[in-house]
Amino acid sequence: MRLKCPLCGERDRREFYYVGDAVALARPDPDAGISAWDDYVHNRDNPAGITRDLWQHEAGCAAWVVVTRNTVSHEVLDTALASDVKRAMS
Amino acid sequence: MIQMGASYVVDLVAKTPAEGLLPVTMGGLNLREVVLGVMISLAPFKGQDVQVEKLLGGALPKVGRSVSKAGQEVVWFSQGQYLVIGGAVDMLLVKHAALTDQSDAWCAITLEGVGSEAVLARLVPVDLRAGTFKRGHALRSQLGHMPLHITRTGKDAFRLMTFRSMAGTMVHEVTHKIKLLSARG
Repeated sequence: MRLKCPLCGERDRREFYYVGDAVALARPDPDAGISAWDDYVHNRDNPAGITRDLWQHEAGCAAWVVVTRNTVSHEVLDTALASDVKRAMS
Repeated sequence: MIQMGASYVVDLVAKTPAEGLLPVTMGGLNLREVVLGVMISLAPFKGQDVQVEKLLGGALPKVGRSVSKAGQEVVWFSQGQYLVIGGAVDMLLVKHAALTDQSDAWCAITLEGVGSEAVLARLVPVDLRAGTFKRGHALRSQLGHMPLHITRTGKDAFRLMTFRSMAGTMVHEVTHKIKLLSARG
């Protein structure tokens, strides 16, 4: 498996650390309420299809990367710097 | 013992990270240690690149590149981070960037000779052939399981850097691969 780091280019999977669902970029406000926090901390979809993960290019440039991939075909559809994604969200 | 003011202290012997391990010459390949002297990590604060470049006296390198000027090298080191090799920097930079002294933190070795690409192909999971990785190109990856910063310094020459604490393992890994290749005859 190879991932395209937005800074370094295509690299082997061993250089990356898998973190989990990219939901971590959408952290609720401290007073968002118990159900919003419950959702954020515990509840994840397990899609057969397109999903968005957070990875870190640990052995490379150390950037956090949002990887859009298909869990059925294993196709990697898109990668973007988490900092850019976060900026676009706010 | 050496005198420091009124008292005497032990005169410590400075050792380079790979002291006693190198050089190694085998099968037309040469592995030796390079002493890089003063090294400073430089991470410009948000939006401060222009001021940093002004104080540095030259442009910062692009991602994966190294630039040299008047005996000083600035090489891309990580996301938003550069390594200044060979000499002090203007201390006014502290207002515009995070600076840390890395002089004793890294072990740097040079691998030279025809076949050096073949040696590295056995250790580094990135295509380092001349077509994609040219002189002045630099990248962060792994050497086996160790963190690696590598720069191509010539046609068949590379500078490899890892943490000082891993110097012995780096020398062992590269030497072992040189041996395997030269055993093919």
